[in-house]
Amino acid sequence: MPLFLASIFAFIAAGILSALPRKRPRAAGLAGAGGAVLGSLLGIASAVKTLASGAGETLHLSWTIPYAAVSFQLEPLSSFFLLLVFAVGLVTAIYGQGYLRHHHPGGAAHTWLFFNIMVASIAVVFAAGNAILFLMAWEIMALSSFFLVILEGEKESTRRAGLIYLVVTQAGTALLLVFFILLGNHAGSFDFSRLASAASLPMPLANALFILALVGFGSKAGFVPLHVWLPEAHPAAPSHVSALMSGIMIKTGIYGLFRALTFLGPPPSWWGWALIAVGFVTSCWAILFASAQRDLKRLLAYSSVENIGIIALALGVALFGESAGLPVLTMLGATAALFHVLNHAAYKTLLFLGAGGVSIAAGTLDLDRLGGLLKKAPWLGAGFLVGALAICGLPPLNGLASEFLLYLGALRAGISQHGFVQQAPLGLAIGSLAICGGLAIASFSKAFGIVFLGTCRGNGSEHWHAPGLAIQAPVVVLGFVCVALGLLAPFVASGIASIVQTHGPFKGALAAFDPAPSLRPLFWLAGANAGALIAIALAVWLRRALLRGRNPGRAPTWDCGYSSPTPRMQYSSSSLVQPIAWLFGAFLRPREKDPQVVGYFPHHAEHATETPDFFLERVFSRVFTSVDGVLSRLRRFQHGRLQAYVFYILVTLVALLLWHLEVVR
Amino acid sequence: MGIRNGSFVDFLLIALILGNLLLLGSSRLMSYIRICAAQGLLVSALTFILHRGEVSARIVVLVVGSAVLKAGLFPWLLIRAVRVAYIKKEIEPIVGYSASLIFGVLILALSLWLSARLPIHGKAAASFVPTAAFFTIFTGCFLIVSRTKAITQVISYLVLENGIYLFGLPFVGEAALLIELGVFLDLTVGVAVMGIIIYHISREFDSLDVKHLSTLKDWGS
Repeated sequence: MPLFLASIFAFIAAGILSALPRKRPRAAGLAGAGGAVLGSLLGIASAVKTLASGAGETLHLSWTIPYAAVSFQLEPLSSFFLLLVFAVGLVTAIYGQGYLRHHHPGGAAHTWLFFNIMVASIAVVFAAGNAILFLMAWEIMALSSFFLVILEGEKESTRRAGLIYLVVTQAGTALLLVFFILLGNHAGSFDFSRLASAASLPMPLANALFILALVGFGSKAGFVPLHVWLPEAHPAAPSHVSALMSGIMIKTGIYGLFRALTFLGPPPSWWGWALIAVGFVTSCWAILFASAQRDLKRLLAYSSVENIGIIALALGVALFGESAGLPVLTMLGATAALFHVLNHAAYKTLLFLGAGGVSIAAGTLDLDRLGGLLKKAPWLGAGFLVGALAICGLPPLNGLASEFLLYLGALRAGISQHGFVQQAPLGLAIGSLAICGGLAIASFSKAFGIVFLGTCRGNGSEHWHAPGLAIQAPVVVLGFVCVALGLLAPFVASGIASIVQTHGPFKGALAAFDPAPSLRPLFWLAGANAGALIAIALAVWLRRALLRGRNPGRAPTWDCGYSSPTPRMQYSSSSLVQPIAWLFGAFLRPREKDPQVVGYFPHHAEHATETPDFFLERVFSRVFTSVDGVLSRLRRFQHGRLQAYVFYILVTLVALLLWHLEVVR
Repeated sequence: MGIRNGSFVDFLLIALILGNLLLLGSSRLMSYIRICAAQGLLVSALTFILHRGEVSARIVVLVVGSAVLKAGLFPWLLIRAVRVAYIKKEIEPIVGYSASLIFGVLILALSLWLSARLPIHGKAAASFVPTAAFFTIFTGCFLIVSRTKAITQVISYLVLENGIYLFGLPFVGEAALLIELGVFLDLTVGVAVMGIIIYHISREFDSLDVKHLSTLKDWGS
């Protein structure tokens, strides 16, 4: 506990310190990043200590705010998430120090203040043991990340992104407020320990609370259709902040769902159905849109939504197993969910940091202006490739391990069950995982291929340069983390399984269940991963050995025998995924501007495609426009005359006083 | 009852109420400032008279402090502001002077009614103090709403503040820090006047400043 408190203190103190020297970004960067590194190390030590001992620590101090308490509980589930936030915080802080020298150096003080507050508030969200404290930290997290998103607020698109983010996050918080008030009212306290041990909830209330939690936490996690803020906010924020948001902040929604389920008692089977359905829609919808994006960070943002969908699938499968009395399904589903949280934190942080590296190296994230960056920045490219392979769930990396667990659980339980109602959700889970896997490979072939292979599609590639060590090293290190997690998958999974067993939300038959046999196939997977790595190493060695003493010729990529190939003859980002866009055109609804080609020697012609987000463009903006139309009638009261405003206040106060006196007497 | 000289207290309170009516009807900035200063002196004197029987260091500090602030420092700052920022010496009301006076009579009636309804106990219950306080508060509010210049807003705020101070006076013994908080509010006035002096806000809120404020609206005008 002292380590954790010291870590939070280090973050906040460093944040404030970094905001003081406004005119000196270097000093601000040193203070902010230095404090964040120190705080992260302290926090990692604290989380590791709890995870190693398996024993929880609590701190409970009363507070003058009604129903609130300064209450922290460092138990293994919290510590698992804390370990992630501090690890991602450590990497992004080191990276951010280098990144901010290239991008918005003037905003360094501002950025570090909110960055440190954001990491500290996420940590408090994970460690809070009281609902009021949780909500406060939740709100501080939302606001600090909002201020980071609008760092380049002079751009119209950034302000729009910030507004969308703020609306979604505030709406989610409003639902969570209702959730905790209903729950606290039932339990008579806002302390998590009391909420968890309170008398069982009546079923209608439990169902209502489940829906509130699903939507409230889902808005932060990014369940479709509440995902609309992610593809806007992630490209707008600085890359290390996008990495922090995507790598860990959206996982607070998943943590919240886990925590909420511990309060809600035994789940009826439709909760599992609901989460599997949400996971199916979220993962497939998002990865489809990811494949159609032309901005690298937008693509990554959609891919984050897809991964959140996979986590929701896994959690849904676990809930389904709990309601059906299948401990093996619960165990594998919940373990897969948490393992995927860990894996996604590793490779999505890597990919966003890599995207930041791309924007430093090439000055743009527009896929149709990139190409051939691998030759200029080989280490960045190699790291990005590892992340892209991992996120597609390809061997020999970590992404496969968690998806494998989910496949394993759903298949095993699906075979043992009989009847449509028992088998259908598991089939849906397997099917959506498979669809996502395929589309993810398409999206990331595009992301990696267009950016790093071929030659530059725009102008000015002669000015491209490899980004510095502070930018490339974190990417490469995270690449090694992905490899290591793939090799150590059985051990990591059994560690997570013991957390699920002792501190997860599932009370049913899990306590007496031995997870070891059901996790055993992971050893085969890890062995195969190791074999694949050795094979890759051998192939690289063989290539070198064969080329030794010879002089291999070099030719432009995709030469294809043309006499004079130009970069414009390459695949563009949208032509690469054209078959998919055609196949799924009914969902994607791309806007195309077709060229008019007339005659044998046609004049200048243009072709353009654009894929706006369906829910943002056709659902939310229409709803909000009509709401705006109704509410705009109130604007006649907002005319800017100060005297009238004071008059409104005065009339209200006197009316309230008179009313009170009338009622009291 | 700690008030022995009831009639003298009533005399001071009536002077205060008359001062309010005078403010409502006055058209010159300088007389505005003077009336306000005189009211400050009155409430300081009332502090002493209402607590004659229980003179303590706290009372002395309050009397001297509020007199120095309300009747000395602020009028001096305000007059200086008028000179330094070249403020025109007319008041420029939204509501005319005679309409303001009629309204003043109405809010005096409201204050009488309110102070009779309010569940006040102790010293204050039997005196005119709550009535005068309410009337002063409402007068200040009305002046804020109905006068346009930046500096008249500040003076009106000071009037409002005198009312709040007066309302708290009977409770000095019972409620710790209530009055001190009131005096602390006074400092806001000081800051506002300094603002006027420093930024030379000689124009009215209505013509210059509020135009700037309306550009802050989040929708097109």
